[in-house]
Amino acid sequence: MSKELINLKDIVMTFDGEDILKSINLTVKDEEFLTLLGPSGCGKTTTLRIIGGFLTPTSGDVYFDGKRINDLPPYKRNVNTVFQKYALFPHLNVYENIAFGLRLKKVKEPEVKARVEKMLKMVNLEGFEKRSPELLSGGQQQRVAIARALINHPKVLLLDEPLGALDLKLRKEMQLELKKIQRQLGITFIYVTHDQEEALTMSDTVVVMNGGLIQQIGTPQDIYNEPANAFVADFIGASNIIDGVMVRDFTVDFMGHRFECVDKGFAENEPIDVVIRPEDFKLVKPEEGMLSGRVESVIFKGVHYESCVRVGERDLLVHSTVCEPVGSEVGLSVIPFDIHIMHKSTDPASQAFHYDEEGQEDET
Amino acid sequence: MKSFWKAFKGIYSILIFIFLYAPIVVLMVYSFNANKSRGSWGGFSLKWYAKLFSNADILDALKNTLIITALAAIIATIIGTVSAIGIHYMGTRMKSLFLNVNYLPVMNPDIVTGISLLLLFLFLGIKLGYVSLLLAHITFNIPYVIISVLPKLRQMNTHTLEAAMDLGAPPITAFMKAVLPEIWPGVITGFLLAITMSIDDFVISFFTTGPGINTLSIYIYSQAKKGIKPEINALSAIMFIVVLVLLLIVNRRDTADERKESKKVQHRRMN
Repeated sequence: MSKELINLKDIVMTFDGEDILKSINLTVKDEEFLTLLGPSGCGKTTTLRIIGGFLTPTSGDVYFDGKRINDLPPYKRNVNTVFQKYALFPHLNVYENIAFGLRLKKVKEPEVKARVEKMLKMVNLEGFEKRSPELLSGGQQQRVAIARALINHPKVLLLDEPLGALDLKLRKEMQLELKKIQRQLGITFIYVTHDQEEALTMSDTVVVMNGGLIQQIGTPQDIYNEPANAFVADFIGASNIIDGVMVRDFTVDFMGHRFECVDKGFAENEPIDVVIRPEDFKLVKPEEGMLSGRVESVIFKGVHYESCVRVGERDLLVHSTVCEPVGSEVGLSVIPFDIHIMHKSTDPASQAFHYDEEGQEDET
Repeated sequence: MKSFWKAFKGIYSILIFIFLYAPIVVLMVYSFNANKSRGSWGGFSLKWYAKLFSNADILDALKNTLIITALAAIIATIIGTVSAIGIHYMGTRMKSLFLNVNYLPVMNPDIVTGISLLLLFLFLGIKLGYVSLLLAHITFNIPYVIISVLPKLRQMNTHTLEAAMDLGAPPITAFMKAVLPEIWPGVITGFLLAITMSIDDFVISFFTTGPGINTLSIYIYSQAKKGIKPEINALSAIMFIVVLVLLLIVNRRDTADERKESKKVQHRRMN
């Protein structure tokens, strides 16, 4: 897992005078499951297409196994892609779709047969050889696309929102299955999605992108527990992001109170952002809380209630299994470990994410 | 009341069809008339058809028509398909510009196209004859091919070409193996349309042909000035049948395609 396989160095991509990628530096290790995560238009699909060879970066270099491959066309790269909406060939049956890559290499029929059958078995589609891909369900088409891409034994599989068109239950199944296939074959997967839950479930490494820049690279745990900035904190899950001042190491002031925390290394009295996850607040009696406020609204979410608590001028989001009625006075408590401190940033791309900008697809 | 409307609808459509097809039916019936005169029926006969195929001028015109039609349709299909692909991958603004430029010749009166082509050939010093006639036919056929191929490209997945390249196909191979089979029905429809357009054309051919080179329609026109001979009835009947068959094939292909699409959608819903 330690060998470096793909290196992106200072990648800039400009379309019609607009910077889609501003300066991407990324290392992908061998046999790693890496996810590019971000909202629509963040540059994640563009990054994937540069690795696939469908786009040449405006500036910067792409290295594959130590060799610069900027000008290597897609058909000479040891990389295969599972496209958005699959892009299967409707005039060929399932067997010929999967065999397409081998036919191009003029592989002999007995070997083609053996390899296609192995692939069909891996994706659980035995017996579907003669079917037209157009008459398969979305999930089955997805499996054909994966088999077609993997039959060439690529070093890297690129997946562009591959589960986007499937319903939730099938998505969950396919997530586990993809992860299983990746472990089985021991090849690198680079996966593009805007679904943070999907990214956290499947990845070894998550790369959060916004505004053509990488906001944070880390394990799912790092990204969730130690978000690098307000954008990551907000995009990865609903968060409370609060202005504060770092008085000194292990001590922070926000919302008119002084809290103990576990962070250090900030300047004295540096203005910072505090992140507290909604599930890290505990609803207690008003007199027992560190903060106190009034419940503004409660929504039942299944596993928990999502309450909005007004403390002074601010609304805080609280996830809790107890339900306090609207209008009641409550106290909020939080343990030092769950108070996350972040440097304030001036870059707009690292500011908190607003969901009204979200779209389903990333066209570029 | 309901049955009245139903009857009315039926009668109305029959009237429309009579109105549209009566002249052609009369022409075809008279092509089998043993009498030379148009006024009287002298019994069934194939003699005009026999005469038709022993007339050297007509056979020469037929040969010209077949050669021009075949060449023009093939060349226009290639150029039109390539153009359609180019237009398909253009940006939105360029695309709408080129589409409008493409539709213009379709809407343009043939007489204007004919005269402007004539002027162009004279201006460029191209001698009127086979070449100018062929060029003219290619020109007016291209838009029909583009119109037939573009919808097929639109139905195709955006990443089809990339998918083939991704699997190891150089661009030309990827096009031949992945894109062409998908747009093939549109290419064939365009080719058949081009054939009917070429057979059908009189006005543009009339302006762009040279001395001594007749197509069937030009020959018919020149004969009609001397009074319509019964052979012309026979010839027109044959041309009508050929064009009709071609159009029926184009139509069938379209509806078969639609049926396939709706079947696909149904199937998706079931899954």
